Amino acid sequence: MSSVTTAPEASPIPVPIPVIVIRPSSGWISLKLKEVWNYRELLYFLVWRDIKVRYKQTALGAAWAIIQPFFSMVIFSLFFGKLAKMPSDGIPYPIFAYTALVPWTFFANGLSQSSNSLVDSANLIRKVYFPRLTIPIANVLSGLVDFGLAFIVLIGLMLYYGVVPSARMVFLPAFLLLALVTALAVGLWLSVLNVEYRDVRYTLPFLTQFWMFATPIVYPSSLLKEPWRTVYGLNPMVGVVEGFRWALLGTKNSPGPMIAVSAVASVALLIGGAFYFRRMEKTFADVV
Amino acid sequence: MPTSSDAAGLALHVEGLGKRYRIGRRLRYKALRDVLASAAGAPIRIARTLIGREAPPPPEQTIWALRNVSFGVGHGEVVGVIGRNGAGKSTLLKILSRITVPTEGRAEIRGRVGSLLEVGTGFHLELTGGENIFLNGAILGMRRTEIARKFDEIVAFAGVEQFIDSPVKHYSSGMYLRLAFSVAAHLDPEILLVDEVLAVGDVAFQRKCLDKMQDVGRKGRTVLFVSHNMPAIARLCERTILLDAGGVQEDGPSHRVVANYLSSDVGTTAAREWRDPASAPGNHTARLRAVRVRASDGTVTDAIDIRKPVGIEMEFDVCEPGWILSPNFDFYNEEGLLLFGTIDTDAHWRNRVREPGTYTATAWVPGNLLSEGTVIVDAELLTTHPAAQHFFERQAVAFHVVDSMEGDSARGDWGGSMPGAVRPLLRWSTRVAPLPDAAPASVGKSDAP
Repeated sequence: MSSVTTAPEASPIPVPIPVIVIRPSSGWISLKLKEVWNYRELLYFLVWRDIKVRYKQTALGAAWAIIQPFFSMVIFSLFFGKLAKMPSDGIPYPIFAYTALVPWTFFANGLSQSSNSLVDSANLIRKVYFPRLTIPIANVLSGLVDFGLAFIVLIGLMLYYGVVPSARMVFLPAFLLLALVTALAVGLWLSVLNVEYRDVRYTLPFLTQFWMFATPIVYPSSLLKEPWRTVYGLNPMVGVVEGFRWALLGTKNSPGPMIAVSAVASVALLIGGAFYFRRMEKTFADVV
Repeated sequence: MPTSSDAAGLALHVEGLGKRYRIGRRLRYKALRDVLASAAGAPIRIARTLIGREAPPPPEQTIWALRNVSFGVGHGEVVGVIGRNGAGKSTLLKILSRITVPTEGRAEIRGRVGSLLEVGTGFHLELTGGENIFLNGAILGMRRTEIARKFDEIVAFAGVEQFIDSPVKHYSSGMYLRLAFSVAAHLDPEILLVDEVLAVGDVAFQRKCLDKMQDVGRKGRTVLFVSHNMPAIARLCERTILLDAGGVQEDGPSHRVVANYLSSDVGTTAAREWRDPASAPGNHTARLRAVRVRASDGTVTDAIDIRKPVGIEMEFDVCEPGWILSPNFDFYNEEGLLLFGTIDTDAHWRNRVREPGTYTATAWVPGNLLSEGTVIVDAELLTTHPAAQHFFERQAVAFHVVDSMEGDSARGDWGGSMPGAVRPLLRWSTRVAPLPDAAPASVGKSDAP
């Protein structure tokens, strides 16, 4: 009987014992994406919390997801469409603007949420270990619900204006992914900078406003001649917005090369941002 | 206790661990404005930095929070970590929890780690109790299925069944903490790192948590337990590591390390005084000024003759009139056992409102009551109606009870080990009767009324 209780090593262990080695970080940094994957349940709960809290805390709840792009559309249609007679590629101006505003709002909110995410989660970062990448990722992902709601309104508008989408609509998820990647990429850079320089929070509204006018939302990118139109694609949101219009509204001039440039720019930003994030990650708990 | 250097047999192996912080520069976040201002003001210095000619930061700008720390913890061991504030306890735990990275050295952990640096991390006030259980559980590293399985147990342990579907913002602070601790207490890792989380909730719940922790230890889990609560350390851990100024000062059996810590300069002693009211325990009503141990002749000492009374003195300022105040003390032995508590029952002050002033209340413990060894005293000031705690200083003072073996203590002439929480000198009496001639009569006597 005593032999049963003596050796703890003798007891069968169903899974191999994980060994964690803690040491000063060396020069080479890996992204450890596998670890982020292992923490996918936490990611799920963080997204779930963000959504739940947002709709619980605000009086209008889910309505905000629609109000923001919809009223922007109304104002833009009035000033840019009616008064300034801005060209809109032969599409009714309200739907021209709203189709761009839906992905733009998703991007802008995702960007500002993820940029503030690390500072806002300071308490978590100081007290618990988990891959820090999950924080900005969760913040961007939680915006998908708002996007979905705003998109339903977009479908309504398309019906109202009698716009029939073509088979190109199957590419829409790719453009949404591009918006998501761009928001995350820039969010990664800014969230890290925000830990170090709290000014980032105050720079954000200005940055998003500036970026919005640098993106063809109130005007079509066809105002530019090639090759400048393709160069314009270096702003990844150009590819997203023109991609949405191309897939849903059937705008004439194919934005192919421009979207390719946007995709490359966005992925480059994301990879750079992820490595920068991982490099700075170890100091978060000491600084934030 | 593991003494072999074979790391494979250990749950936790720490070797030469060190963490350096840069003070003033890194610890505080920067404003871009500061950077720009310094760039504008000192272009030459910036240029020098850029070409690498700038001198490294002077040594006084860095501080080693932890240096050359090495130890091993075997599987199933429950080890306490003690030390005064700033000794590096929290830094050690943060490194082992992977929240921060060490500057030098290494640590190896074999097994699933759960760390509890705080209870209720990630709790959101808008979410319900049930939702917070899932969120907090996930943050602490539990799987969703695992949380779902233990859900009812967690709720029952916290005793919040009726409120589980209401947002935690409507919870009382006690309920909130009970729920938070309950989630943490149901973590089931192989290695548990705990930081000072037991200072939550009411006394009965603290007790329940300590029992749950003891359970964890008995199940063969490895626990590293950082605390200021010496009685808890002594009771839960067989072995304790004393950290001082970032290094391991002592590593050994808990009762010995705790006793040494308490009797050394770094620990609590026979007299504690708070010169600066801002840092003294207390609130706007009353503030602790000093706690002292006095021998029967009035001298402040930490060595008390077991036969003589010992006075525990609490000096405090009453800053706000209108309160009825009850000073009280709790006495623990070095094993963490609560020997007894005592409340000021002096008829003069019992129902009397106190005017502002400095008060000194002394409780006299009679001689021949305490056992030999170290006695640790917590000092507290309470108001019963309405219930309020003005200050509660754990391990305010400590003293040693010594038997000089002169034959007139409870020991009598016995010189060996004499365990027991108390050692009263009892009055013994003996009756003697002559040996009975008939055996049956003797049996009959013991059966008599």
